[in-house]
Amino acid sequence: MKLIDEFRDPDLAHRLVDSIRGLATRRWTIMEVCGGQTHGLLRHGIDEELRDVVELLHGPGCPVCVTPADAIDHAIELSLRPGFLLTTFGDMLRVPGKERSLMQAQADGAKMQMVYSPLDAVKLAQEFPSTQVVFFAVGFETTAPATAIAVSQAAALKLQNFSVLTAHVRVEPAMEAIAQAPDCRVNGFLAAGHVCTITGYEQYRQFANRYRIPIVVTGFEPVDLLEGIYRCIQLLEQGSTEVVNAYARSVRVAGNSAALEILQQVFVIADRPWRGLGQMPQGGLVLASAFREFDAVEKFALHQSSVDVEEECQSGAVMSGRIRPTQCPHFGTRCTPQSPLGAPMVSTEGACSAYYRYTSLAPL
Amino acid sequence: MHVCLAIPGQVVRWLRRDPPFCEAEVDFLGVRRVCNLSCVPEAQASDYVIVHAGVAISLVDAAAAEQTLQELRSLETHENWGEAHE
Ligand code: SF4
Repeated sequence: MKLIDEFRDPDLAHRLVDSIRGLATRRWTIMEVCGGQTHGLLRHGIDEELRDVVELLHGPGCPVCVTPADAIDHAIELSLRPGFLLTTFGDMLRVPGKERSLMQAQADGAKMQMVYSPLDAVKLAQEFPSTQVVFFAVGFETTAPATAIAVSQAAALKLQNFSVLTAHVRVEPAMEAIAQAPDCRVNGFLAAGHVCTITGYEQYRQFANRYRIPIVVTGFEPVDLLEGIYRCIQLLEQGSTEVVNAYARSVRVAGNSAALEILQQVFVIADRPWRGLGQMPQGGLVLASAFREFDAVEKFALHQSSVDVEEECQSGAVMSGRIRPTQCPHFGTRCTPQSPLGAPMVSTEGACSAYYRYTSLAPL
Repeated sequence: MHVCLAIPGQVVRWLRRDPPFCEAEVDFLGVRRVCNLSCVPEAQASDYVIVHAGVAISLVDAAAAEQTLQELRSLETHENWGEAHE
């Protein structure tokens, strides 16, 4: 398709690589926030190709990775109750909770179904009125509108057997936590293009100014990623702390107003613990009071445990760009996609899984 | 699936228009799926939309895409010109 192929054009990509080389007078450190972009950058070898002019740090934008073990345990608990069906994205199934993953719980009779969309979970609830269908909702602002639409459909249909285990997160507080850290090495951010498709990027202007870090809203195809890097280095070389939109075909400055409207109806912003990164002020979305009847935690009286597990996984250090996945002592040894110690090794947006899949550093 | 993966598809036809149930048939390189178009009520048949988790999150601005490509291509031409005259 035209709109895809052109942004994968190898010739244009190569020429962009040359332009980036011609532009950089030093080696800059740029963080791509979104895990989908981490995978794109590694899959296409862009990080290797540009190693001499840019160090790419991989950010916290993997919603699966930051979902607390507690939430996974809640999902497991519900999936084991008679008459319940737990639905979620395929990525969540292999992420370890405190003791085991959803997939491992299947051996004990846990009932779950992978869905492509939360709207499929609503359809299942309609189809099986005597089953409690729970959707385990993870994702950033990109995904939250789909959950909001599902909840709003369930409300319109007066479904008594549909509920949501909400683990939605907001990307900006995580960027803020990284920018605020005294040892922050980030010179420039590539902001997540699909999150900005929803939220717009006006709010980043203040952010960029406050932390003196330019931000480029970036898409996902190779040419998009290279354009993001090009524009970011351009800003850095000029000493500018502006915000530039390098994903204009999808992102508008004010975002998507219809999506924002439904988000505001269904969700409110709340503090939220992020796995590996700790409590994130305003870091999550919870159901607004008008939709509380769809909140699985309340509806089924699940306990919120406050004890954090001691994790061997170094995901916090990886997701804040302090270490590369390969610097984790467990990478490729005790932690592999077949037997993961942490979520970044199994999520299709996790940095560890990207390194394991695409770099020659990974053991065969 | 990728939680954040979102792909462009072409709107074939609207099936229903009542939010939050707005639905249209969308073509992804020959594969047709029913998607929720609540967030892009302005989309029309033959428009491209970016779909994530069954929901269209944006209407692709084809003119903006063309402009981006042109800018990127001319960026290079300009620099080649610069090199050639050095
Ligand atoms: S390699 Fe495994 S244990 Fe180490 S940070 Fe990545 S997911 Fe965690």
